[in-house]
Amino acid sequence: MVAGAAALTVGELRVRRGGREVLHGLSLEVARGSLTGLLGPSGCGKSTLMRAIVGVQIVDSGTVTVLGRPAGSRELRSRVGYVTQAPSVYGDITVGENLHYFAALVGAGGEQISRATATVGLGGREHELVGSLSGGERSRVSLATALLNRPELLVLDEPTVGLDPLLRSELWAAFRELARQGTTLLISSHVMDEAGECDRLLLMRDGELLSQSTPEELRGSTGERDLSRAFLSVIRSARSADGPDTDAT
Amino acid sequence: MSSRATFATARRVLWQIRHDPRTVVLLLVVPTGLLVLLYFIFEGRPGTFQRIGAPLCGLFPFIVMFMVTSIAMLRERTTGTLERLMTLPLGKADILLGYGIAFGLLAAVQATIVCTVGFAVLGLHAAHGAWLVGLLAIGNALLGMALGLFASAFARTEFQAVQFMPALIFPQLLLCGLFVPRDQMAGWLHAISWLMPLTYAYEALAHATAPAPLGAATAAEVLAIAGFTLAALGLGALTLRRRTA
Repeated sequence: MVAGAAALTVGELRVRRGGREVLHGLSLEVARGSLTGLLGPSGCGKSTLMRAIVGVQIVDSGTVTVLGRPAGSRELRSRVGYVTQAPSVYGDITVGENLHYFAALVGAGGEQISRATATVGLGGREHELVGSLSGGERSRVSLATALLNRPELLVLDEPTVGLDPLLRSELWAAFRELARQGTTLLISSHVMDEAGECDRLLLMRDGELLSQSTPEELRGSTGERDLSRAFLSVIRSARSADGPDTDAT
Repeated sequence: MSSRATFATARRVLWQIRHDPRTVVLLLVVPTGLLVLLYFIFEGRPGTFQRIGAPLCGLFPFIVMFMVTSIAMLRERTTGTLERLMTLPLGKADILLGYGIAFGLLAAVQATIVCTVGFAVLGLHAAHGAWLVGLLAIGNALLGMALGLFASAFARTEFQAVQFMPALIFPQLLLCGLFVPRDQMAGWLHAISWLMPLTYAYEALAHATAPAPLGAATAAEVLAIAGFTLAALGLGALTLRRRTA
């Protein structure tokens, strides 16, 4: 791979939270313009990894290079978009006011606001208070604020949890379209049926990266058509390679 | 830091307040209501009402903005919006100044109402002009805001943040000279009072409302208010961490 072609490179990343190591020397690479799924069960360290990538996580050791810069660099703040798992928007103002605020911060205009609102299916609801929306709708507002300025790298933590299946598929189509236009997307999910939508899959478990591959490679290497079963098979072979169960600490 | 991000933040904070009309009414009505209450408590003792009521007009915004800011900042921390902001192209100074502008405006409205009622209706005297009390009130509001911002870093929950009011503000009110002249206090209390920001806020207001000419002491008090405000803002900025565990 050509130097600088990777949008994201993580090397030997170790992170401790609350006295417990949650990422155990993780290494991975994400190519520019790709749609990468970060999959794994709840609590496996996906969110911590994403926090490290956007530079808000204190890390113990290792490197995180984003668009050729150390994660958290000042100039990355307008080039990287981040949506947390819990919607981080203001509940006491309207959808439109939230979007206007975040648009002003990233230098986006009215047209971008309408487009982002339409992408998440909230067109026409700009005057509603965010606090009165459902959880899924609030996540969509949060997602819309990250789509305003077309960042080069979008880090989305479980953006489709609890959403209507139709809207979920529309959002994945929107993610695909963003990737086609050159945006790099890293999207976490604990739902395996979304894995098929991705160019590449990063499978995580207990703070370790079990595999990085395309969905087809994963199917091929495990001999399973179903990605859920393929993931299970990867976990099993990782365990048998480790010898006895090392989960208990 | 950018003026665009600063003003956007100020506007967003004002939007938040505007959507909460009950808080707006409480902010604007409660200080005046308390002043009216004092008026009737000290009915027949106009000297006492003047001595306590006149400076109090300029202290209300300090107390109120301390509370409002500590809760508002705590919410930014606990709802994840602060972490989100830290990943965006805006500086810590934009957040602090944005809050300062929004709450400063609110304090100006609050001070105008309470000063108008106090000095024009209830018969309080501001020897050097009610406008000076109003200006000091805005300065004190910013001091309260800065302290509230700093204090919010030490609260995990809103229950804790609310307790900072009796823990950090009541002692200052008791020791600042409003109720008992400081030179009549025990030596150690007097010494402690020198360390408290509200002491300087009160002294400046006492001078502004008393007939004696304003001098270097008042200037020093205003400088002390500004100094405490900047120090608290600086410490507050240190608590806005880009990276957290």
